[in-house]
Amino acid sequence: MGLKMIVLVKQVPDTHHVTTDTMKSDGTVNRADLPAIMNPEDLNALEEALRIKETVGGTVTAMTMGPPKAVEVLRECLYRGADDVILLSDRRFAGADTLATSYALKCAIEKVGKYDLILCGRQAIDGDTAQVGPQTAEKLGINQLTYVSKVIEVGKKKITVRRSMDRGYEVVRSAYPVLLTIAAEANEPRSPSVKRVMAYKNITSQRDDFYDASYLHPNRKEGCRCIREWNVESIEADPKLCGISGSPTKVKKIENVVLTTQDSKQIENTESAIRGLIQQLIKEHIIG
Amino acid sequence: MTQKSVMVFIEQSDAKIADVSLELVCRAKALADPLNVPVEAVAVGYGMSDQLDVLGHYGCDTVYCVEDKRLAHFTSVPYAKIAAGIIKKYKPQIVLFGATTNGRDVAPRIASELKCGLTADCTELKIGEYRIKDHVWKKTLMQIRPAFGGNIIATIVSPESMPSMATVREGVMKMSRPDPSRKVKIQKEKCEIADSDFPTEVIEVVRKESKVDLKSAKIIVSAGMGVSTPEAMQKVRELADVLGAEIGCSRAVVDAGLLCSDHQVGQTGTTVRPNLYIACGISGQIQHRAGMAESKRIIAINSDPNAPIFEIAHYGIVGDVNDVVPKMINAYKAKA
Repeated sequence: MGLKMIVLVKQVPDTHHVTTDTMKSDGTVNRADLPAIMNPEDLNALEEALRIKETVGGTVTAMTMGPPKAVEVLRECLYRGADDVILLSDRRFAGADTLATSYALKCAIEKVGKYDLILCGRQAIDGDTAQVGPQTAEKLGINQLTYVSKVIEVGKKKITVRRSMDRGYEVVRSAYPVLLTIAAEANEPRSPSVKRVMAYKNITSQRDDFYDASYLHPNRKEGCRCIREWNVESIEADPKLCGISGSPTKVKKIENVVLTTQDSKQIENTESAIRGLIQQLIKEHIIG
Repeated sequence: MTQKSVMVFIEQSDAKIADVSLELVCRAKALADPLNVPVEAVAVGYGMSDQLDVLGHYGCDTVYCVEDKRLAHFTSVPYAKIAAGIIKKYKPQIVLFGATTNGRDVAPRIASELKCGLTADCTELKIGEYRIKDHVWKKTLMQIRPAFGGNIIATIVSPESMPSMATVREGVMKMSRPDPSRKVKIQKEKCEIADSDFPTEVIEVVRKESKVDLKSAKIIVSAGMGVSTPEAMQKVRELADVLGAEIGCSRAVVDAGLLCSDHQVGQTGTTVRPNLYIACGISGQIQHRAGMAESKRIIAINSDPNAPIFEIAHYGIVGDVNDVVPKMINAYKAKA
C-alpha cells in the first residue's frame, strides 16, 4: 500500500517572548517582532506522518500558509523527512481568521489532488483555537478525528486511533480520507537529520503554478528540488473568501488588562508575619 | 416564533446534562434578556428527552431535540450536520458551545458549514456596540478571550455573521439559582441523516474520572515555574497535604511535564473559585489569572516583586517558594 499524506503546519510567534510592539493598531499580530517557531504540535503531526510512512509506505507533503518567511518551517519539515513542501503565500491571504484559512487550505489540498490522510497539530500556541483542522475537514467534505493521542492501527482501508477526552479516552476508526489532529502526547518528534539539513538548508521557494502530481511518486530519487510557492490564482481560490475579506470575525480591541484587587497587603517573608497571616485565615474560617 | 434567539448546544455527561451546558443556558439567558429574545437549545443524542426539563429551570424556553439510536455516542459528522440543520432552520443570532473536547470538535465544523464566525474559549460574553466607519451594529456579541499565549485580552466581534458562535470552558460562566417551576418546551425534530453520514466507528469508550477535583476544592495550592525543582514541588505538596488542599498549576508546569493537565488552572485549563488560592512561584499571565482571579482570597508567593500575580493577590509575599512555604507549613502546624 502506501498512503498519500498532507501535513498542515503553521509558523507561530514564540508566545513566551511577547512585547508591547507585538500588536499592530488594527489588532493583528506583528509577526516580524517575535521569534518564529514551528507550532509544537505540528511537529507531532509531522512525526506521526513520518512514522506511518515508515510503517506502511507513502508520501508526506507539508503545507503551510504564511508570509515568505514561513519557508523556515517547511525547511524544518524537509530536515525531518517530508518528501515535498508547499508554501501558500499571497498578501490576499493576510489577516485570515480560521474560516478563511481553512478555505485557502482546502483549495490548496484539492490542487494537490488525491490524498488519504491529512494531519495537523491539535492547536496552535498563538491562537489556541483548534478550529482550522475541523473546518478544513468540513470544507473538503471528509471525516475528522480530533485530539488524537495515539495512532493504533494503520490498515489498508481504515485507520484506528485513540482520542483523548475530557474524562478518559475513546478508540475510534475511520476509512480514508480522514483528517487527524494530533496532540503532543501522541509521540516524541524526531530531531532534524544532519544529512537532510545539509541537503536542504539552502533550498528556496519558487512560484509554481503548474503542479504535477507525478512529482510525488514515492520511488523518485532526486528529492525535493524547491519549495513550491502558490498564490490565490495557483489554487484557484476566490479572493473574496480569503484573508480579511473572507473572515467573519474581527478584532474589536486588544488590551493589556490589569486586574487589580482593592485591598492588597504585603506580607513580610518572616516567621512571625507568615504566622500572623495563617492565624488570621484560620480565624476567618478560610482554612480549617 | 423565530425571534433570532440565543441558542445553546447541549452536551451530556454521564447520562445527564453536562454542567457546562447549564452554565451556558444561564449565560444565554443573561444575553437574551436585553435583546428581548428567547433562549433556545439544541440537544442531539439518544434517550435523553426525560432529562431536558432541567434546562427550563435555568432559563431555556425551547429545546429542539434530535434523537436516534445511531446518535447514542458523539461523533463529529452527524452531530455537526444535525446541529447545523437546526441552526439553519431556526436562525438564532448567537450559538454557544461548551469548550469540551466534543464541543471544540463539532463547533468549528458547524461554523465552516454555516460560514459564520466562531471564537474559542471565551472568558466573557456580552452584548455591545461595534462600529466600523459609518456602519454601526448596536447590539452584537462581544466575544472576549485571552489570546497570544495569554499576553493580551482580545474582544472579537462577528457582526455580519449569522449567527455569531463561541465556545466557553466549563466553570467560566456562573450557574444561577434554578427555578424548578419554570418549564421548557421540548420540540422533537426528525433525524434525517443517512447511514453514510456516520463515517466514524466508535470501538471503545473509557471513562476515567480525574483524581484531581479543582472545581469543588475549597483550597488550592498552585505551582508555577518558580517550583520547577523536585524539592520545591515536594514542599508545595506538603503544604497542600496539611491544608487539605488540591494541587493546581500553571500551563508552563504542564508543558514542562511536571504535572498532568488535570491540574492546570487557567483559560485553557480549569476555572476555579476556591476560598483560598495559594499561588507558589506563578508569574500570573492573563491566561492563568483568567482562571483564578475570582478566588475569595489569593496569596501570592514569588521571588520577583514585579510579578503580575501580585496585582490580584490579597496577600503578597516576596520570597523564594523553598523558603516561604516551609514557614507556612510550620505556622499552620503550630496552630493546629
